[in-house]
Amino acid sequence: MTASSVARILRKLSRENAFYFFTSIGNYTGENASSLEEFVKKIGEVNAKSLEFHFYRGDFEKWAAEVLEDGELAEEIENLKNLKPVGDALRGQLYLVVSKRFENLKSEFRG
Amino acid sequence: MKLKKQAISLDSLDWNILQALQENAKQTYTEIGRRLGVAHSTVYDRIRKMEEKGVIQKYTTVVDLEKVGVKYITAVMTVFTDPKESENVAKKLSESKEVLEVSTSLSEELLIIAKVVAKDQDKLHSFIAQKVAPLPGVLRIRTSIITRKYKEEKFLIERK
Repeated sequence: MTASSVARILRKLSRENAFYFFTSIGNYTGENASSLEEFVKKIGEVNAKSLEFHFYRGDFEKWAAEVLEDGELAEEIENLKNLKPVGDALRGQLYLVVSKRFENLKSEFRG
Repeated sequence: MKLKKQAISLDSLDWNILQALQENAKQTYTEIGRRLGVAHSTVYDRIRKMEEKGVIQKYTTVVDLEKVGVKYITAVMTVFTDPKESENVAKKLSESKEVLEVSTSLSEELLIIAKVVAKDQDKLHSFIAQKVAPLPGVLRIRTSIITRKYKEEKFLIERK
């Protein structure tokens, strides 16, 4: 992966491109993430109901692929669906995948 | 400081004409005049004056979209805002074609209440997630999708 594509994935996003956490159709929690780093943090904080809502609609992988432009992360999130995780198990699995990806990208960027 | 709008003074004939128009805006001046016991030219003059002064804002058509097969959903969206940004949020919402009504309310927090329409739940969610949540000053949003409507009327003027 080139340094510029790593930097692009780790970039700070505009308001329009941030991820907004909802618990159901039209019900916004007030939490949002405008970078991959913030997204990792929010996975650990937001209501589990919100994680389930977005996970099973495919919103996370769509955002990862289309906005962050990180196809690898999108695929890893999608693969979690086979385990059908809910609640805190979902939070744990998501956190593991996304934080690991973030740390790898960060060290690649530094190195 | 905002100046309070001066109310336009109407007499009982004006009020009666307005009531007749609210019931059926397609009535002719002659029909309204006959009903109110005045000449059609008087009705014409009064209506023209009320249009000029902006008392009568527009004449519109209420279409039963279900009858022509148009599927859509309506939702009531409550937007909790930072008081400093609420006016901007209300203005932005008013510019969207998906939003039919926008009002503000002050209860424990400053709220914006808006009536929103969309083709389906996915489109409704996309609109709220992409156009409303990112607006500066939006703190939280609660949305209720309307499943059945029992009544919808405009405030009707009572005959004086």
